[in-house]
Amino acid sequence: MTQIEQDKNAPDTVMSDYNFAYLDEQTKRMIRRAILKSLAIPGYQVPFASREMPMPYGWGTGGVQVSAAVLTPDDTLKVIDQGADDTTNAVSIRRFFEKTAGVAVTEATAEASIIQTRHRIPEAELREDQVLVYQVPIPEPLRFLEPSEVETRKMHELEEYGLMHVKLYEDIAQHGAIATAYAYPVKVEGRYVMDPSPIPKFDNPKLEMAAIQLFGAGREQRIYALPPHTQVVSLDFEDYPFEASKADHPCGLCGAEDSYLDELIVDDEGGRLFMCSDTDYCAARQAVGHRGSDASPTLEGVA
Amino acid sequence: MQRPSLTGGFRDAPKDAAFAFRAVMNTMAKPGEINSVTGAEPPAGLSIAAGVVLLTLCDPETPVYLAPRFDLLEVRDWITFHTGAPFVAASAAHFALGTWGELPLGDFPVGSAAYPDRSATLIVEVDDLRSEGATLSGPGIKDSAALSLPDRAAIQQNAALFPRGLDFIFTCGDRLAALPRSTKVS
Amino acid sequence: MYVAVKGGERAIDNAHAWLAEERRGDARVRELSVAQIREQMTLAVNRVMAEGSLYDPDLAALAIKQARGDLIEAVFLIRAYRTTLPRFGASRPMDTAAMACDRRVSATFKDAPGGQVLGPTFDYTHRLLDFKLAADGEVPFAPELADAEPSKDTPHIMEFLDREGLMQRDTDGRTPPRDLTREPLELPATRDLRLQALTRGDEGFVLGMAYSTQRGYARNHAFVAELRIGKVAVEMDIPELGFAVEIGEVELTECETVNQFAGSKTEPPQFTRGYGLVFGMSERKAISMALVDRALRWEELGEDNLGAPAQDAEFVLYHADNIQATGFLEHIKLPHYVDFQSELELIRKLRREATADRGAHRAAAE
Repeated sequence: MTQIEQDKNAPDTVMSDYNFAYLDEQTKRMIRRAILKSLAIPGYQVPFASREMPMPYGWGTGGVQVSAAVLTPDDTLKVIDQGADDTTNAVSIRRFFEKTAGVAVTEATAEASIIQTRHRIPEAELREDQVLVYQVPIPEPLRFLEPSEVETRKMHELEEYGLMHVKLYEDIAQHGAIATAYAYPVKVEGRYVMDPSPIPKFDNPKLEMAAIQLFGAGREQRIYALPPHTQVVSLDFEDYPFEASKADHPCGLCGAEDSYLDELIVDDEGGRLFMCSDTDYCAARQAVGHRGSDASPTLEGVA
Repeated sequence: MQRPSLTGGFRDAPKDAAFAFRAVMNTMAKPGEINSVTGAEPPAGLSIAAGVVLLTLCDPETPVYLAPRFDLLEVRDWITFHTGAPFVAASAAHFALGTWGELPLGDFPVGSAAYPDRSATLIVEVDDLRSEGATLSGPGIKDSAALSLPDRAAIQQNAALFPRGLDFIFTCGDRLAALPRSTKVS
Repeated sequence: MYVAVKGGERAIDNAHAWLAEERRGDARVRELSVAQIREQMTLAVNRVMAEGSLYDPDLAALAIKQARGDLIEAVFLIRAYRTTLPRFGASRPMDTAAMACDRRVSATFKDAPGGQVLGPTFDYTHRLLDFKLAADGEVPFAPELADAEPSKDTPHIMEFLDREGLMQRDTDGRTPPRDLTREPLELPATRDLRLQALTRGDEGFVLGMAYSTQRGYARNHAFVAELRIGKVAVEMDIPELGFAVEIGEVELTECETVNQFAGSKTEPPQFTRGYGLVFGMSERKAISMALVDRALRWEELGEDNLGAPAQDAEFVLYHADNIQATGFLEHIKLPHYVDFQSELELIRKLRREATADRGAHRAAAE
């Protein structure tokens, strides 16, 4: 069968010139094999032959390739950037999969079977039947301490993570606290030090969850994973324990005290509003009547 | 009539492979979980699940080792036609297919300390696959899980190599379960 | 009261519409055709083909038009298209000695079989703006030899040094070259991978690296033994036929530099080679590539690592690709509210603690 004939039989997606979920089958197999290895060796970065995607490197090409390899026609996809479904890059990626895979999409965390995210873990607890796909810019947690890939690979091989501890310790010596606020390094099952992607450290405790977590770094050609309930420990010191912090405010819209907040400048005087970064979490709370001090009196106003 | 090797592949490869992969991924992520798969009709002697795994994961880039029982012209033809995977000795295999007793466990690549992912995945045909028997714990398992395993000692030895080691996919009829190297068995 | 801002979808649609309008420019000016770009912006087309790793002048011209003349954006369009193409096979190694040369110069020998052919070069143009071009012009005329001989094979200059045993022998590549677009880059990278990364690397980056070697960062004085530009036939073995057939021809620029080499622990004194091969007429890139190739060969030749950027294969290979670089560079304009917020909280906390500390110190001192 020639390629042209195969294309005619392509699934009835809107973008029928391309294969289901855009990638060709051989590429998907290559990515799928890497995903299986990454699940078998939690926290280890599996090299994969990342393809050039029709979107720029650094804009989620790793996450998009992982999602494309994992998606089935029955999936419901949610895409968030900074916790929000309506940020432009999240919209763009969601549209890409609507077009190329024809899958259902949602903004409701609970309704999604696959969630692709950049920089956040949703507030709602994820379930065993869900998959969380992270977009990762720099997968190597040691990269900013040691620019050479040859060297960092050796460090992982020898489990030689002293450099990272020295860095964190220097922070404490200098600032009295660990000065890493996001992409806070973790140790997986007592073996690999892993970069959880640039999520705020507030999200780190959620990394131990029931859902499958897959991390895709397109430009850096790495895939890594956390199977459900994998032990994930944020690096710290006995006398300086890890602390998941957030702005010390309730959400101005829904009043939540337990969610990560965005800070907005709302007037020329520099007045501030704090609101949930997870837009679905916030909307769902407002829908059942929760109100913060800055909320509009009627829900219709927040459409 | 068509040669049997030409039939029995995925009807709609992109979609069939997508569903099959999710089943395989879920089993690898959750050791002990048993899932059923469909879409392949491999030649006699090979389970549906083993056929589905081969179609889903193998291609010309993945050399395959066939244990003697499956090293038959019919099976080779089928795998060649549907995946293009070359056949190799155990020491060069990315994937292997066989029954437990026939797979030379010591011969397969287990990866290096720098690249533990360069290891073989073994598709093991078993007569019996149940959520009972050995106790499993580790990544992917909340407290503990159970799975019927052919040989606890060998699997414990493999887990001791972590992060190097082999990964197993057990196939039985249309069902499959997986056991990555990270799972502790007792 | 605050009402959340939404409308990402509409913003994107409107931005795309505006972009399309801007691309077209003033509608009273006639639209540029793809053929015009292909024929009259040839060097831009060549660069897009080289860095896009796809030899198709029409598609490269289309990409340039769509990208509003942003060549990196055009390369990106070509790359994204290229990945979706099925691969039918690999060509046989191209025989550049059989090149029909439009240009061929050597800086090492005054004359050699095949001669020096200046060809269509900017080299000796005086860089004066030609205002005649601003007016719609006539078709320029270049004289042609009435009884031009059919072109013969032009032997490589290097062969003559080779015969004398003065050139370091490059090992014959018996194994098929690896392909960094199909497998993840692994270090140390073999020369085939390095050459592939350089030929599709950003022209400006490779030029800068090459220039740095000339200025003393791993200086290795290079003579251009030969620079040739012309068309070469592409042949492919057809297993069903049992022989190779010509499937087309491509224009290539090839540069071989000869570098003095005093010898090392493992090699006798001899000349060594730097190699550049680029799609299209891309002279600057081919020469740059040859210099950087030579600098990267320090390890296999047993030379000292001088710590120069152009000797660092990891540095060069990870940063030569402009599509990777521009994507990652430009991604910092995407929202980073969440990370910035966590930094804000941290800085506020550290400042609070520092102020409290100072207060405590003062209290203790009093």
